[in-house]
Amino acid sequence: MEQFNRRLLTIVTEAVLERELIAEFDALGVRGYTITDARGRGGRGTRKSDWAQEGNIRVEIVCEPSVADRVAARLRERYYDHYAMILFMHDVSVLRPDKF
Amino acid sequence: MPTIDPVILFFVMGIVAGLARADLRLPGAIYEFVSTVLLLAIGLKGGVELARDTGGMPLLELAGVMAIGLALPLPAFLIARHVGRLPRADAASLAAHYGSVSVGTFAVVIGYLAARGIDYEARAPVWVVLLEVPAILVGILLARGLAGDVAWRKLAHELLLGRSIVLLIGGLAIGWASGPEGTASIQPFFFGLFKGILSLFLLEMGLIAASHLPTLRRHGFFIVAFGIVMPLLGACAGALLGRALGLSTGGVTVLATLAASASYIAAPAAMRTAVPEANPALSLTASLAVTFPFNIIVGIPLYERLAIALQG
Repeated sequence: MEQFNRRLLTIVTEAVLERELIAEFDALGVRGYTITDARGRGGRGTRKSDWAQEGNIRVEIVCEPSVADRVAARLRERYYDHYAMILFMHDVSVLRPDKF
Repeated sequence: MPTIDPVILFFVMGIVAGLARADLRLPGAIYEFVSTVLLLAIGLKGGVELARDTGGMPLLELAGVMAIGLALPLPAFLIARHVGRLPRADAASLAAHYGSVSVGTFAVVIGYLAARGIDYEARAPVWVVLLEVPAILVGILLARGLAGDVAWRKLAHELLLGRSIVLLIGGLAIGWASGPEGTASIQPFFFGLFKGILSLFLLEMGLIAASHLPTLRRHGFFIVAFGIVMPLLGACAGALLGRALGLSTGGVTVLATLAASASYIAAPAAMRTAVPEANPALSLTASLAVTFPFNIIVGIPLYERLAIALQG
């Protein structure tokens, strides 16, 4: 079965940013994403998901490496200073390259 | 002497369970549901009462309530900036939180008045709607100045179509359109269960407040003092305004309580996106862990006495 290389970009950040991030993704040419509620602990303390005000979200995007780099650069420039946010990338294989 | 309201005891239980790290947690979806029912019930109740008597809201009252929403952030900002020596962004964020209102506190005060058979103006939920947004705008202006790059259109959309405003206005409209008879079929759920739903809400609020108590130590004495002095200041301003507008004793109590309360939903969300450099934990801790408990346990009976003294 033929496989194609794409990149999985995972972002864990504050739930309050969800709408703003979606607008960024649209502007940066992201074609699809998955958002889930998350909780955990990091540089800005414990973040719980049971109260939306202080909850975290995890965003997953599978896309071309160039798009992943664009998104990462934009998020670092715009949000890293003031928000709880981490992001990391993996190389992944997909079966339908036209989707991502 | 009336016994202590059980809904307050649910709040205390939440605080105790939270501090003891008990295995107790309401899922986020339940909190959303409970607060949705509360907001709709408050709106419906106001709407039904408004349908009963057609006396509208005097223009002067509308202007007065908006004005206090615009004015309250200023003393809060000055105190935070000059007494607390906080950075401008943090002081502005506190100002927005303390000028805006808490619907949870409003729910407790109307429950308190209902339990004592004290009447208040049916249009009180409209005051909540009028008070929620102006202070947040003032807070953003205090942080950014007039020239600041703020996405005002997006912000206005977020604020004016925020969950609490939509549910309150929606409830008011449905209650007003259907009237007392029309809403009879939904009254058992929204009005009959009001105190029960409020108990669940306050249990969760107690748990949330408890989770913020440890951060209080980090912020020190100023934030505790601020969280108690500001509501007292707000209550006096609200009560004097209520008296000047010729409201009933119950109405003065409600307006004083609203002016005393601090936002923990609309203001944190708006300030987080509009003024990201402000420390969100500072304002939220003051509002949730100091002012909310102070108002519902000590404040409301105090504001009622203030209202009675002013009517005197």
